[in-house]
Amino acid sequence: MAGKRVLITGLATFWGGLVAQALEQDPDVDVIIGLDTREPSVELERTEYVRTDENYSILSRIVKAARIDTIAHTFLIIDSTSMQPRTMHEINVIGTMNLFAAASAPGSTVRDVVVKSSSYVYGTGGEDPYWFTEETNRSRTPRTRVERSLEAVEGYVRDFAIDNPHVNVTLLRFSNVLGPDIETPISRALTLPVVPSIFGFDPRFQFVHEDDVVRSILYVLQHHLAGIYNVAGDGLLPWSEVAHLCGKPTFPMPPFGTGLASWPLKQLGVELPDELLDLLRFGRGIDNRRLKADGFQYRYTSAGTVRAFIEALRLRSTVGSTERSYRYERDVEQFFRHSPAVLSHEPAGELADPRTDP
Amino acid sequence: MSDADEPTPTVADAEVLDAAAIDAMLLGETTPSYLPVPDPRGRADDNDVELDDPRMGDVDEWGRSESIRSLTRKIYDPIYKHWFRAEWEGLEKIPTDGGALLVANHAAALPSDAPVIMHGIETELERPVYGLADALFKTMPVVGTLWSRAGGVVAHPDNAYRLLREQGQLVLVFPEGSKGPGKTYTQRYRLRRFGRGGYVEIAMRAGVPIIPIAVVGAEESMPIVWKSTALAKATGLPYFPVTANQLLFGPLLGGLAYFPAKFKLKVLDPVSFDVPPDQERYSKSRVMEESERIREQIQSALYDMLRERRSVWFG
Repeated sequence: MAGKRVLITGLATFWGGLVAQALEQDPDVDVIIGLDTREPSVELERTEYVRTDENYSILSRIVKAARIDTIAHTFLIIDSTSMQPRTMHEINVIGTMNLFAAASAPGSTVRDVVVKSSSYVYGTGGEDPYWFTEETNRSRTPRTRVERSLEAVEGYVRDFAIDNPHVNVTLLRFSNVLGPDIETPISRALTLPVVPSIFGFDPRFQFVHEDDVVRSILYVLQHHLAGIYNVAGDGLLPWSEVAHLCGKPTFPMPPFGTGLASWPLKQLGVELPDELLDLLRFGRGIDNRRLKADGFQYRYTSAGTVRAFIEALRLRSTVGSTERSYRYERDVEQFFRHSPAVLSHEPAGELADPRTDP
Repeated sequence: MSDADEPTPTVADAEVLDAAAIDAMLLGETTPSYLPVPDPRGRADDNDVELDDPRMGDVDEWGRSESIRSLTRKIYDPIYKHWFRAEWEGLEKIPTDGGALLVANHAAALPSDAPVIMHGIETELERPVYGLADALFKTMPVVGTLWSRAGGVVAHPDNAYRLLREQGQLVLVFPEGSKGPGKTYTQRYRLRRFGRGGYVEIAMRAGVPIIPIAVVGAEESMPIVWKSTALAKATGLPYFPVTANQLLFGPLLGGLAYFPAKFKLKVLDPVSFDVPPDQERYSKSRVMEESERIREQIQSALYDMLRERRSVWFG
């Protein structure tokens, strides 16, 4: 049987890059094509990068021409502070709509689709259950932009799954992600000298490690799992303990007019979006048992994730940036990949993994 | 709390890494851990490993904290013993293990029955009780957090199912909801509607018995003289009472200080349902019928207890 031919959306995003890197290690994957509006920010060996606009107008041609059978839709914006609302809407809602239009075009070869969604689709409030299962409906209509756009995205996913019963459609809903490299409003709040909280509230938090995020995406693709899965580390811990694990005191904001009180923080560059303020009030637990029952094993618990995050942060504050300082050079990449002069397909840089040396 | 007993794996790990590995690490050239390469710590995907869970506090996944619970027990015990002088009958009907749904009548402007029932069972039977309450509590700053640390859980069918069916716990629920405590003194010991029978459906789905409890004394501990509908609407509270306690002790102290009414609690015979658990839905007529029967049992037990009661304060 021929290997997989994978299309990744959002190659230049944190998740797109990581998933592409991980898929490159899989010998069963023949072709990896990554779409994005910007050039990738991580080093890639054999992933083909295609520049598109954010709503993928050329997508159906690519799917057809490259006979794509697997789509990893990682280009969904969860961090509402990272861009304008309009751009987020274009990327999340319009992008997903066009992606599924292309994937369901007549003669489409797509057989597996995995979508990286978020537990923000559940919302959170006082009346909600302590754990959301994959079947739990949200109790009130979404209030924030991210939640609204994720709900629209999931609607397209559902429609696509119903219209294309021969395709394995997997919707992964990730809990709050932390880890050594990812930056989110929560990770930024935890890097402050004092961690913002809401007075009188100490909600339960759940986290998933960035490695477990990538591993779970690969896992569902590898095992052709279909359906909705929550992805979150075991255990929940109160926000005060999250701060305590990071070795920091909490700084309570008033419980009334909290949005107004968080304004000075925004001026300092730490924006607490509405969906995070809701979390700081009510917290959220998601039931992670379905994916575990299908054989997935986590590497980190919620508390373990917080510790991994803070240890990486301490290391970085001591020795400086440990991130890969890679810059995509189109011409150099083209040379290494396509020039007849290149005899071995080593990665572009010479810093190959020391463990593969003879 | 001290950090002294925290493991420090980074230091230990760093000692065994050679300089080249550290360089590689700093350059970001270590293979990410999700790749299928042998992990230096000997972890593999296919064997079950006990994950490291560096917790620092004692707050569990329901939001309860054992240290806060034992503290509140210590503070509340004299009130239970000497103020309300709670007296139980039929405690042996409550199972010592496995899930069961405790159902009781609900009264007093600031309900005094919930802590009496929970504290009584927890100390006499040494079993935790999870008290279900309106989500309103969770939305109140400080109160909501303390309530949750002390053992309160938002009344949601999913929460009740998880506690009863999956964790085999005792769960306490007041089917009258806020209509019980929100009634005026003239209506005392007359049970309100038992919701829409949702508690029966939960017990059926969880496959646990319902144990009715009749409580006498709560009504007189903080009776409502008058209610303001307008203020209730304005504050968003289910009812806005003026209590006899407030008339006597002033609005603030009277809002918290109970009268020393004598508490008597009677555990009635457990009710089991011969229906299979985990069904999508149960016959609504059956649910309502069972709910009404349980309500009547508690109501007639209350009348019996009141017939025998000689004094509100001495029982």
